[in-house]
Amino acid sequence: MLTWLGYFKRFGMNFLRGAGVTLELTAMGLAIGFVLGLLLALARCYGPKWLRATAAAYIAVFRGTPLLVQLFIIYYGLPELGIAFSQTTAAYLALGLNSAAYQAEYLRGSINAIGDAQMQAGRSIGLSKWQTICHIILPQALRLALPSWSNEPISLLKTTAIVFLIAVQDLMAEGKRAATATFDFVGIYLAVAVVYLVMVFLLDALLKFLERKTKIPGMELETRR
Amino acid sequence: MPKPILTIKNLTKTYGKNVIFQNLDLTVNEGNTIVIIGPSGTGKSTLLRCINLLTRPNSGQIWLDDLEITAKGTDEDQVRQHIGMVFQNFLLFNHLTALGNVKLGLTKVKHMSEEAATQKAMHELSRVGLADRANHYPGQLSGGQQQRVGIARALAMDPRVMLFDEPTSALDPELIGEVLEVMRQLALEGMTMLVVTHEMGFAREVADRIVFMEKGYIVEEGSPDEMFNHPKFDRTREFLWKITELYGKKEKEAK
Repeated sequence: MLTWLGYFKRFGMNFLRGAGVTLELTAMGLAIGFVLGLLLALARCYGPKWLRATAAAYIAVFRGTPLLVQLFIIYYGLPELGIAFSQTTAAYLALGLNSAAYQAEYLRGSINAIGDAQMQAGRSIGLSKWQTICHIILPQALRLALPSWSNEPISLLKTTAIVFLIAVQDLMAEGKRAATATFDFVGIYLAVAVVYLVMVFLLDALLKFLERKTKIPGMELETRR
Repeated sequence: MPKPILTIKNLTKTYGKNVIFQNLDLTVNEGNTIVIIGPSGTGKSTLLRCINLLTRPNSGQIWLDDLEITAKGTDEDQVRQHIGMVFQNFLLFNHLTALGNVKLGLTKVKHMSEEAATQKAMHELSRVGLADRANHYPGQLSGGQQQRVGIARALAMDPRVMLFDEPTSALDPELIGEVLEVMRQLALEGMTMLVVTHEMGFAREVADRIVFMEKGYIVEEGSPDEMFNHPKFDRTREFLWKITELYGKKEKEAK
């Protein structure tokens, strides 16, 4: 037990550095995924036919293939076509493009739940379609999506671990190095697991806080009908 | 000479093979309250939705004042500003307070300053008796209060005409009165209104003209006295008798 706790002292700085990279990966993946996911969701709900189909195809492809395959295509495959990224950029891209497909589905569901009626109410006072989407549909849809969407940051944080395969120096990579140095695979990976667990715990608390902060009194009753 | 605010000519709306109404004519003069009655499924709501262009009619024309709003290239958003709409299910913006609901059109459509918009919105809320509820969210208001906010939201845009689509049908009986009272007040103030409703008491007291629609046609129209006391058609008499019987009871209960 003491040896195990000693790992945190010995590799603490490495784990922290790795955890920092993991958080960066999560934040970037989430941000890219959110912006792109929102556009995809809007395209699927309000776009012309060809755009709806394009967005649906994107989502089908990125949800339907392993993230690891996508990562390898971006990092090892695209350079053959003359498009090369650094390890970190490739990781951001793969995580973001993949997460976008999932986030689009969370958002699409809640946009549909807010429904056509709110659109008509907005239009009835002279708002344009886009104004109604920005000022009326999205503020409600995003709140409605928040509880289920909260799975995505947490799932993404853990998923980032695969990027050590293209030698991004995240927490997993630091763990692997420490394991090779000590040959105590169980002990080191348990320690790494604990660090992930703490990060997830904090992230979860942050998301719960966000949910409380954005809550509209009485709104959940209205949408539950 | 009465001035027409809304002129509808030869209006036809179909969904596929389903004809909602056909060759419908209707004129609403300035300051008048027209009440449309009729069994459900006769196209009353669709007519209102055609008037503010939420649905496009298949053929026919609608004029708002001298502007043909069904003409190609009409700026729909511009037109809707001038036509207030009150929905059966209120359809308030649930993430905004009562004040926010009324203010939104003022700041985003009319581009009024924050301050001017707040002032105007508060004025409209006090018109419907809800100034003290300005900071409540829809979920914290009763149905009757929500509908009054809905009316204030439409009024804030200073519309030429107000459309009411069964504004009390989704309300508990004891909450109907407060909404009808606001509408009665509006009519007294000279607002031009087109109201679809089953509230016969309101129709009898407030309407300048009652229009009886059935199966997509206007069967008969006339003053409340003509319609209630000397209808030309048996069908009108039958419908009015039935509906007064049914809703008259509810109204008495409410009082």
